Amino acid sequence: MLEISNLHVAVNGTPILKGIDLTVRAGEVHAVMGPNGSGKSTLAHVIAGREGYEVTAGEIRYLDRNLLELAPEERARAGIFLAFQYPVEIPGVANIQLLKSALNQVRRARGEAELDAMDFLDYVQTRLALVGMKEELLYRSINEGFSGGEKKRNEILQMAVLEPRLAILDETDSGLDIDALKAVADGVNALRSHERAMVLVTHYQRLLNYIRPDRVHVLAAGRMVKSGGPELASELEERGYGWLDTTAEVGEARA
Amino acid sequence: MGKSENVGIGELMQEEYRWGFVTDIEQERVPKGLSEDVVRLISAKKGEPEWLLEWRLAAYRHWRTLSEPHWAKVHHPPIDYQDIHYYAAPKKKAGPSKLADVDPEILATYEKLGIPLKEQEMLAGVAVDAVFDSVSVATTYKEKLASLGIIFCAFSEAVREHPELVRQYLGSVVPHTDNFFASLNAAVFSDGTFVYVPKGVRCPMELSTYFRINANDTGQFERTLIIADEGSRVSYLEGCSAPRRDENQLHAAVVELVALQDAVIKYSTVQNWYPGDKEGRGGIYNFVTKRGDCRGARSRISWTQVETGSAITWKYPSCILRGDDAVGEFYSVAVTRGRQQADTGTKMIHIGKNTRSTVVSKGISAGEGSNAYRGLVKVLAGADNARNYTQCDSLLMGSRCAAHTFPYLEVKNDSAQVEHEATTSKIGDDQLFYLQSRGLSAEDAVNMIVNGFCKEVFKELPMEFAVEAQKLLAVSLEGAVG
Repeated sequence: MLEISNLHVAVNGTPILKGIDLTVRAGEVHAVMGPNGSGKSTLAHVIAGREGYEVTAGEIRYLDRNLLELAPEERARAGIFLAFQYPVEIPGVANIQLLKSALNQVRRARGEAELDAMDFLDYVQTRLALVGMKEELLYRSINEGFSGGEKKRNEILQMAVLEPRLAILDETDSGLDIDALKAVADGVNALRSHERAMVLVTHYQRLLNYIRPDRVHVLAAGRMVKSGGPELASELEERGYGWLDTTAEVGEARA
Repeated sequence: MGKSENVGIGELMQEEYRWGFVTDIEQERVPKGLSEDVVRLISAKKGEPEWLLEWRLAAYRHWRTLSEPHWAKVHHPPIDYQDIHYYAAPKKKAGPSKLADVDPEILATYEKLGIPLKEQEMLAGVAVDAVFDSVSVATTYKEKLASLGIIFCAFSEAVREHPELVRQYLGSVVPHTDNFFASLNAAVFSDGTFVYVPKGVRCPMELSTYFRINANDTGQFERTLIIADEGSRVSYLEGCSAPRRDENQLHAAVVELVALQDAVIKYSTVQNWYPGDKEGRGGIYNFVTKRGDCRGARSRISWTQVETGSAITWKYPSCILRGDDAVGEFYSVAVTRGRQQADTGTKMIHIGKNTRSTVVSKGISAGEGSNAYRGLVKVLAGADNARNYTQCDSLLMGSRCAAHTFPYLEVKNDSAQVEHEATTSKIGDDQLFYLQSRGLSAEDAVNMIVNGFCKEVFKELPMEFAVEAQKLLAVSLEGAVG
């Protein structure tokens, strides 16, 4: 589904990613771990199409298309979803307004009919139930005055509504207490399916106590320095990132 | 989607003034220039009574002693007041006529503007007075309103049919000596709308005037006078547009509102005059004086404006809160892009006890637009427990635009409570990316953010016009980001 090869990315001329290879198949859940400043969030943003990142070499293919040629909204309509580390506030715009517009854009791209207000409301109720959120949140301005946990759960709600093919969760666990973390993990697990791939970008191992990944990768200083099964996460938990050789050969990390 | 395309989109934006066509119609107009003779000629054309001619002449003589004001934060080359036609009318018999008599070209014009005037197609729930250049050409639903005692007609017709009301209230809120543009208007005003709602009557539909400037080298100087008698209610909306032309055209209107005891007037404007092209050529100079007088106790006047057009906007819809417990409100969205300039705001004059006022101003600047909020809150000595809340928010798009806030406060009563809040924000790349990453195009994302920003004002507009205003805003800001 997603094939990243030899990806080099610079920001303002400074290289951040220095040759990333990553292959994610439908149905798989991958965790990309690593210390702060390793380039994890850069990777997430480049996949979603954020401006300001210069791809200096390599490519990203998604469902056999050159992903880098697509605008962010085209990527979203093609089934890519990024759950933000810091969800953005949009004052005056109700959550439900964004959910409905976004879903209808995605449905149109999928060749499905747009949902009218009533059908949408029915549908969104089922999604709320899936992620355990209150209806009241639909009518508040997007992320405005939301607690940290509410913001993150709101991201999961958006994911549940849009039903992406590939979901990237950028530090979705950061800043959450244990109850919020569980709630988010439950939502994510409910959305796992054999058609959907997920990439969890995280600094800590604790999210992986609740969401068991198929593969774990360690990103350090812009390179994938190690890949392995779920046991790698536990090893990182015990030993930290220090024991890894961050100058390791690029090719080793191929999943 | 790349930034390099913005020049193209920017040009496209100029194509988007969809109301810029000219109607080819035979017209009569008075020669260019302003003199006592021109004032007399206009008055004679309308068959006005002597007292009104005298009022006009007094205004004209006063105007000659004034000079054009330059305190607003707008710039324009000098206006040659002798190079303007002060009266232009489609060649037809004067005064409003039956719809069947209206020139089909004019009916077609309004249809094109989305304002059908023919009986079978009239907007449900909205009565429309259509003003074309200097005269009112049609008024819908007149009989229905008349059965409730509501007078809704062209100003010139009101002068003929209801001279006592006009004489009683004309100039009682905006005197003929008020300011340079108001005096000019008083001297040469050609037509406009008159509304009277009798005691205790709630007007069952929106009243609306659509102003259209068609002729070239012509100014539009209309006058609106709305009187809500005791305990009555009325909601009024004005819309406007003009052809695209390379020259600037002057629009100097006056609006007077009078709310007697317990009366409520809601006045909404969707202003979409031609803004000029991207180099700043052409466009309407919109120099307008609007004022409401809450004359009676517990009366309420609410101004809502969405200003997207005009090369220059200079207007300060105000409330004089004379009656005890009177309420004044001002909700404004002003958009400037390209080379547009706006200096707009309000004045809230608290005279009565327990008077309250609310001001919510949303300025949006894009391109090289300049947007200034200018507001006065004045609490006189007798206005015990007066309260004002003012909120001014500015939204900037791009780095070449400007926003300014000029709040003035004069408080002469210690029990008054006056609050002022102001914010300035930019549409952030992170907001845009967030919405785009959910599948919205950049344009849709901007519209969503801007509409969210304006929500507090849009919710004050009558439903169908709120939708119009949102669409207008979308068109105005097309290509404005990137």
